[in-house]
Amino acid sequence: MKFLQIENLNLSIYGMGILKNVSLSAEKGEIIGVIGESGSGKSMMAFSVMDLLPTGTERSGRIALDGQDLLTKTEAQMCAIRGNDIGMIFQEPMTALNPVKTIGDQVAETVLIHGNASRNKASQIARDTLNRVGLPAEQFPLSRYPHELSGGQRQRVVIAMAIALQPKLLIADEPTTALDVTTQAQILDLLKKLVAEDGMCLMLITHDLGVVAELADHIVIMKTGEVVEAGETHALFRNMQHPYTKALFEASSHVPDKGDARAAEPAPLLEVRDAIRDYVLPRKTVFGKQGSFRAVNKVSFTLTKGENLGLVGESGCGKSTLTRAILGLEELQGGEIRINNTTVQAGTHMPRELRRKMQVVFQDPYGSFNPRHKVARLVAEPFHLLEVELNGAERRKAVEEALIEVGMQPLDADKYIHEFSGGQRQRIAIARALIIKPDLIILDEAVSALDVSIRAQILDLLADLSSRLNLSYLFISHDLSVVRSVTDRVMVMKSGEIVEYGVTEAVFTNPQHAYTKTLIAAAPSLHDALEKEND
Amino acid sequence: MLRYSLKRLLSLGLSLLAASAVIFLTIEIVPGDPASYMLGINAQADTVAALREELGLNVSAFERYISWVGGMLTGDFGTSYTYRTPVVDMIGDRIMISLPLAIYALSLSTLIAFPAGILAASKRGSVTDVSIMGATQVGVAIPNFWFAMLLVVVFSINLRWFSAGGFPGWDKGLIVGLKALTLPAISLALPQASILARVMRSALIDTMNEDFVRTARAKGLSKRQAMWRHALRNAMIPVLTIIGLQFSFLIAGAIIIENVFFLPGLGRLVFQSISQRDLIVVESVVMLLVFAVVIVTFIVDLTYAAVDPRLRGRS
Repeated sequence: MKFLQIENLNLSIYGMGILKNVSLSAEKGEIIGVIGESGSGKSMMAFSVMDLLPTGTERSGRIALDGQDLLTKTEAQMCAIRGNDIGMIFQEPMTALNPVKTIGDQVAETVLIHGNASRNKASQIARDTLNRVGLPAEQFPLSRYPHELSGGQRQRVVIAMAIALQPKLLIADEPTTALDVTTQAQILDLLKKLVAEDGMCLMLITHDLGVVAELADHIVIMKTGEVVEAGETHALFRNMQHPYTKALFEASSHVPDKGDARAAEPAPLLEVRDAIRDYVLPRKTVFGKQGSFRAVNKVSFTLTKGENLGLVGESGCGKSTLTRAILGLEELQGGEIRINNTTVQAGTHMPRELRRKMQVVFQDPYGSFNPRHKVARLVAEPFHLLEVELNGAERRKAVEEALIEVGMQPLDADKYIHEFSGGQRQRIAIARALIIKPDLIILDEAVSALDVSIRAQILDLLADLSSRLNLSYLFISHDLSVVRSVTDRVMVMKSGEIVEYGVTEAVFTNPQHAYTKTLIAAAPSLHDALEKEND
Repeated sequence: MLRYSLKRLLSLGLSLLAASAVIFLTIEIVPGDPASYMLGINAQADTVAALREELGLNVSAFERYISWVGGMLTGDFGTSYTYRTPVVDMIGDRIMISLPLAIYALSLSTLIAFPAGILAASKRGSVTDVSIMGATQVGVAIPNFWFAMLLVVVFSINLRWFSAGGFPGWDKGLIVGLKALTLPAISLALPQASILARVMRSALIDTMNEDFVRTARAKGLSKRQAMWRHALRNAMIPVLTIIGLQFSFLIAGAIIIENVFFLPGLGRLVFQSISQRDLIVVESVVMLLVFAVVIVTFIVDLTYAAVDPRLRGRS
């Protein structure tokens, strides 16, 4: 009997099966990686262990921790186990902490609630634990509130809460998905260190094969509520049996076929010259001088027709501001942005024919559509940019053509957006961008919210459209592997400046700037992890 | 926190100044000369002129505004055109009824709404929840003057526990005074409590679905502990907003209930003064009500900051 033993776990919500005969096991000191795409049931499995399931769920089977069956425990007994024997870390550090309580109180609460120490002792334990997770007392006193910390620091606080009582099992549900690559690398290192120090068992749930390949001893691959393949990490990757595992593996390192070399037509489409964007900060005192923050600092680049240009950088580096300036949604304080030799002007001064030349696809396929409109109306939205709007049959024909272009059916035009999956929605978003035949599409983290297999399909679609319609993309992403696989050239942005700019392959194989090197080193790579093993 | 308070205080002062100007101008625009009104339609022109001089109506509007604001700052609200008594005394008598009534009604409303809302939220979907929500639905729907009359019929006429109206004065003792205000306070509190309970319930349910409540549960807190320790304080912001609005309403808006129970409160004073063109009283009472609203808003703002550290600014 292993330390954590899940046997034939079944879970249903109001009679609908979510998990089917899930079995896995792990020893103390081991890291077990659970991989699956959204809807695979991996988070539900974790919440089954914690018994923090939504109402209407039923579990059967066996979840044994250190020989005790958790399924037979009462709620009061589970309250004593949670936080004490099992700790849990969540995906979204920005909302995982109570905004009105100090970090010290929140960490100490884990200790107090289990009655293990006096208030003073609990504060002392909280201090020690925060030190352990890399939040030293000088910069991070116990009196700090969550809103005073960054995402990575908040995730450290969440980890401190989970490990304050040195639980035997730590469950981490997508702990780094919401974080930048360099922060992700630090958090993963921290988890690894804590597991080694405390001899914990860590269940690491993720969709990112690269993350687990570097960290986990064992891997469990889940699909639609079932375990399809399990085994020792490197053995499993060397000898993949299940077609889903192979597909997942292929998709995560997918390189879309960019098609024939494009016509050598170096006509510049988008030119950015010394663009500067300053934000005015609120006054510190009533009559004080107003400060300003430079979000984009003298950025220059050129995007030629048919080119795919990547823009990478961590959150807060200014890439969104730059994008908004290109779209004419932000005024520049210096420099110039030109499209087809016409200057972009912010606000209402922006001519329509210029707006027609660029369209944008956003990250969130759920939030970027009005749920009360049918697809036909959603896709036809950019038509207001035409001098003469299309109507009736012509309009319908254009909508259907755009949908077919992105691999959807003409009849999909009569459906509502909630009838589609995330990947389909992103196709519809691309159809909306295509419909007025722009020259440039800005893809703002357009595939970041998608599962790897869906992401691969969308990347293929984008590559196909680009080569057929001679489209240019400005591809903005924090995901280096995606940028590497789809772009011709790449820019690396940091604190408002472009620190490196060059042909994509050259930048990735031979980065010049220290920051680019850090970024590439921090990005978890399945390929590198497996190679390291082979050496 | 100090900077936040000072900022709020500054905006409070500016609001009052703006309000005083608006009130003064509005009253200026209203047709009807107080002097002619007081002397009747057959008054001689020179008598009216003499009265206007006596009332200080013959100087420019700007001068009158300055002397009005200046007077208020020094506690002199002028003299009533109709009763020839200092306005400050008239208001003083009335506010001794209106303010305790508002506080009484608000306390009742809060005392009913908090437990009801919390209970409904913690037993969401149960019979308790459905009954509480049903009761509050009725509470919102019933007009409070009708409910007031119902209370009079049951508790004054049939049971004879309370008097049907009037106010004996605080000099008869605190208990006697409070007793006279009980039925009016209940009728004012009923709709307020119903609204507040509904806001409390939905705010608490929303907060219980937040990620940090799940985090708290993962630490080993029971659902109940998570609600009391984490959800409740976060749910207070919308609740405080409603309480602030309700208190402002209670001070000024009790006019109908004051009429039902024959209470000489501020609402009735404004009503009478308007019909008698006693503009100086109207101005002063309205200004006082604005002052009360602004002060309540200020207190609510400070409470927000006490509840939510994110509003305190970087200190």
